[in-house]
Amino acid sequence: MSTVKLTVNGRAVSADVEDRTLLVHLLRDHLNLTGTHVGCDTSQCGACTVHLDGRAVKSCTMLAAQAAGSSVTTIEGIAKGDELHPMQAAFRDNHGLQCGFCTPGMIMASIDIVHRHGGKLDETTVRHELEGNICRCTGYHNIVKAVLDAAGHMKVAQAAE
Amino acid sequence: MYQTTYHRPSSVDEAVALFGKGNDAKYLSGGQTLIPVMKQRLASPSDVIDLARIKELIGVDVSGDTVTIKAATPHYEVAQNSALQKAIPALAHLASHIGDPAVRHRGTIGGSLANNDPSADYPSAVLALGATIKTNKRSIAADDFFKGLFATALEDGEIITAVAFPVPAKAGYAKFPHPASRFALTGVFVAKTRSGDVRVAATGASQNGVMRVAAIEAALKANWSASALANVTIAASGLMSDIHGSADYRANLIKVMAERAVTAAG
Amino acid sequence: MGVEGIGASVVRKEDRRFITGKGRYVDDIKLMGMTFAQFVRSPHAHARVKGIDTSAAMKMPGVIAVLTGQQIVDDKIGNLICGWAITSKDGSPMKMGAWPAMAPETVRFVGQAVAVVIAETKNQARDAAEAVVVNYEELPAVPDIRAAIKPGAPQLHPEAPGNVIFDWTLGDEAAVDAAFAKAANVVTFELANNRLVPNAMEPRSAIADYNEAEEHFTLYTTSQNPHVARLVLSAFYNVAPEHKLRVIAPDVGGGFGSKIYIYPEEMVCLWASKKTGRPIKWTGDRSESFLTDMHGRDHISKAEMAFDKDNKILGLRVKTHANFGAYMSLFSSAVPTYLYATLLSGQYNIPAIHAEVITVYTNTTPVDAYRGAGRPEASYLVERMMETAARQLKVDPAELRKKNFITQFPYQTPVIMAYDAGDFHASIDAAMKAIDYAGFPARKAKAKAEGKLRGIGVSCYIEACGIAPSKAVGSLGAGVGLWESAEIRVNPVGTIEVLTGSHSHGQGHETTFAQLVSERLGVPISQVQIVHGDTDKVQFGMGTYGSRSLAVGGTAIVKAMEKVESKAKKIAAHLLEASEGDIVIENGEFKVAGTDKSLALPMVALAAYTAHNLPEGMEPGLKETAFYDPTNFTFPAGAYICELEVDPGTGKTTFVNFVAADDFGRLINPMIVEGQVHGGLAQGIGQALLEGAVYDENGQLVTASFMDYTMPRADDLPSFKLSHTTTLCPGNPLGVKGCGEAGAIGASAAVINAITDAIGNNRLEMPATPDRVWHVINGKAA
Repeated sequence: MSTVKLTVNGRAVSADVEDRTLLVHLLRDHLNLTGTHVGCDTSQCGACTVHLDGRAVKSCTMLAAQAAGSSVTTIEGIAKGDELHPMQAAFRDNHGLQCGFCTPGMIMASIDIVHRHGGKLDETTVRHELEGNICRCTGYHNIVKAVLDAAGHMKVAQAAE
Repeated sequence: MYQTTYHRPSSVDEAVALFGKGNDAKYLSGGQTLIPVMKQRLASPSDVIDLARIKELIGVDVSGDTVTIKAATPHYEVAQNSALQKAIPALAHLASHIGDPAVRHRGTIGGSLANNDPSADYPSAVLALGATIKTNKRSIAADDFFKGLFATALEDGEIITAVAFPVPAKAGYAKFPHPASRFALTGVFVAKTRSGDVRVAATGASQNGVMRVAAIEAALKANWSASALANVTIAASGLMSDIHGSADYRANLIKVMAERAVTAAG
Repeated sequence: MGVEGIGASVVRKEDRRFITGKGRYVDDIKLMGMTFAQFVRSPHAHARVKGIDTSAAMKMPGVIAVLTGQQIVDDKIGNLICGWAITSKDGSPMKMGAWPAMAPETVRFVGQAVAVVIAETKNQARDAAEAVVVNYEELPAVPDIRAAIKPGAPQLHPEAPGNVIFDWTLGDEAAVDAAFAKAANVVTFELANNRLVPNAMEPRSAIADYNEAEEHFTLYTTSQNPHVARLVLSAFYNVAPEHKLRVIAPDVGGGFGSKIYIYPEEMVCLWASKKTGRPIKWTGDRSESFLTDMHGRDHISKAEMAFDKDNKILGLRVKTHANFGAYMSLFSSAVPTYLYATLLSGQYNIPAIHAEVITVYTNTTPVDAYRGAGRPEASYLVERMMETAARQLKVDPAELRKKNFITQFPYQTPVIMAYDAGDFHASIDAAMKAIDYAGFPARKAKAKAEGKLRGIGVSCYIEACGIAPSKAVGSLGAGVGLWESAEIRVNPVGTIEVLTGSHSHGQGHETTFAQLVSERLGVPISQVQIVHGDTDKVQFGMGTYGSRSLAVGGTAIVKAMEKVESKAKKIAAHLLEASEGDIVIENGEFKVAGTDKSLALPMVALAAYTAHNLPEGMEPGLKETAFYDPTNFTFPAGAYICELEVDPGTGKTTFVNFVAADDFGRLINPMIVEGQVHGGLAQGIGQALLEGAVYDENGQLVTASFMDYTMPRADDLPSFKLSHTTTLCPGNPLGVKGCGEAGAIGASAAVINAITDAIGNNRLEMPATPDRVWHVINGKAA
């Protein structure tokens, strides 16, 4: 057992966990942040995607202990109160989700895509960049639309800040 | 995952010392292979020693005719490094096509080479560019480093600290991704050194892991162009065969990917 | 239409919880004192269980119980059932082998459970499961259809000699023979329909909670049909009495058929919860999904079609072998029979059809309904046949189809189905226009000049949805009725709850159903709550599958609203001192036509509950129930055309364009409908290009993870161009047909027809992987 200290969604947290505990299980089982999902056991599906120090990572593919001292953002931490993150709003407005299970990981990965590419996104790039996130419901059509839509809004929001 | 004990050393020396103390320790770098394997209970190290936060192992250095990538540098950093992009664009291109974005944020060159998965991308670049693998003990030439499937010249407890790539005159990488896993079903890295030598390495193809492709090297040495490969045939013997790629298909891919890599190299 | 009524693409009410991480899936639920189950599963495809030693596992930290298959037999827990009886052509009943929830004697597929460990934590359960020692005697395995039907093949079940479950026929064999006798041309070919793994992104999960004082069970489970689960668990599996079992299916992360069935894990968790006195959670990991979720498809068929000298179809003869895996799953027997052979007429006027379907046991994961269920197999066969015939007859594939389309409705096919409405010319014309079919030859020539092989492929599908008229399916062997129920509760303040037996696991019922209410009663959808997925709340229901929820469940809601409206109008008329016939509903107001007198719905509702001033003899309250049993199936149909390029160097396919023209009848929420089509197309394209479950000769699943089983990803698929043509369904008051499966049914033939066109070779099986296509191009065996 180790005590793991890290920042999650802006709050300092501490948990006593077995060293073999994965970050995703720390989030779900110890911090009750169940928005981060587990969809596979081979690091392929991306349902568990969170941001670690600002970058998208698969929380099922790292130990909680590896995240000690880092800052983690989950799907629960991106809206400002009642105001949705532009990516969340874009997924809703473009019907970019159906069963909702892949959605948190998809949104976290998509925010990361926009951060890295800024306004230089096109459909081909978005499809390639979504390689690590599997959705079984939407055929990706509306997810791609949502990411491109949000990229526009995020650019505007950044410019306004 | 079985029980294990996690360590986070702050230096290479401390990491080596910790390794010596564990009865079945393993180094953990980006963890994009080791963690999945541990989750499936196919590996059960007593201790995992995290190298990813050791400052001396992170960074890219481009100076004159050498690009040095420190071992715990994530693929994303390699792909984004503007000096590296200028010096060896094919290497940046390769790094930008490993796994997926989240994997590239964590996975490292040192981890990839130490694991030596027969379908990993980096070994092809290391071999084709004739890179040198630097460890805490010595320097190992690429030609001496890869020893077959998941096997390398590394000794027990030895840590890769950096990889030094000589800047080539021309280089290109073309990968045909495995449809499911997105590893290389076959990937080919072609390089023309500044002295005029040609080295070609294929990954994802051979039953013995990354390999040089002599027939293609000879053809390209005579004529550095895709059309030079028109009459080259690659034997299927010794190549991997599975539901996604039979040996004869992979043999074809070696040639086709080599053609495309040469075209990309210009 | 109102802004939130029928035909409005309103954004989904349910989305906010999903995009903020507040969805509540089974694995998100924690109960006080909850323990964890880990199953011990067979590594062998076929073996005798000679002994199980649980002693070491029992001593492991945190272990509460280790239970085995023999104990479940001793406790008289029932075997799993197949709910649809099929009779072979010789009159004998189907030959069903016993399927215990955990195998006491024989395991018949890799992954079948033999024991379960219950422990305080998930890791402890998994650690201990590895310490359970099972002594297996391996038996020879049959991994596929051909191996199963070979003379002398190893036998799976003593009940089924030769591994044959049934040999069933449909249609007039003599009429078909006569048609072939006078044919000018006969087109023949063989094809396989590849086995698929459903892979809903949420792995199956269950929490069982037994309350000893109440002798009551609660089951949280990933189910498409919680009431059916309760019925089967109580009536057949003897796990709990129906009135002492509450089944809750909360947010469910996709189903595609795989969450219809009642699985061993749910049975065992309920049974073990009573035995241990503790709540028990089981959540499968993806490897368990691959091995134990019911698979789909897996046919091999021979098809022959007879044409007259004018290229009119005279007859169709089909012989299909279907792989059922190791056991007969819940609806398995209906899939390659009444959901398959009955659709072999496609969109065509075929005077005579005969189908023979032979189903077999193999040492593989059981096979049951997966998105489309039988109809994709039928559509793929018919549409590849039409394309192949056109090439053999040297006519344009679209023209051959048009020449043979059914144009008069209703139309009785020779294979049971009576198509009620459709306009097949309208769909194909729309699709051909959208893709510029006429301009294709020029595009193909241009691509050829650039070294690419370009192809175009058409697929015209029809399906039978709105499952199903109870009397009809009862006469064909179904063990249940397939109606649906709804309850409308208008609360005293005028808000409305709709309780439905349908279950949403991605389909957007919370929005679509609310739109029905908004349309009828004029209330905003924010005032409407859709309640589903809990047997304690909803009276009964048959669940969601077979594109039935709107056509059957939605109609039940409409029927219940009719009753609510009728009563509310009576109350309004009474209060407004008007005649009931003069009351009209406008924007949520009950108005006396031609006057300015009106009452808002909340006032009517309040009056219904205060009961101070109701019409003489009227009961208080404003809550109504309806059960709706459809009179016929519905028949969505459409035309898909795919244009693509094949890279001759690698065999890789790249989409140029994919157009879909569907007729789903009336659309309630076009945005949601299109989303359903996108997802269906992805699964149909996945089957054609990427997906296929592969077993080795020993019955080991080679494609047992996302590392080997190719799931469609964003960069494998194009954006789709959708359009709609509309003929209203005459069988239900909404005129709706169902849209959930169409894409998965129609897409695969369009893709394969396009690739075979591109490479100029008809002999291509699914999935058309680059390796396989490259081999066909180069004339080599794959």
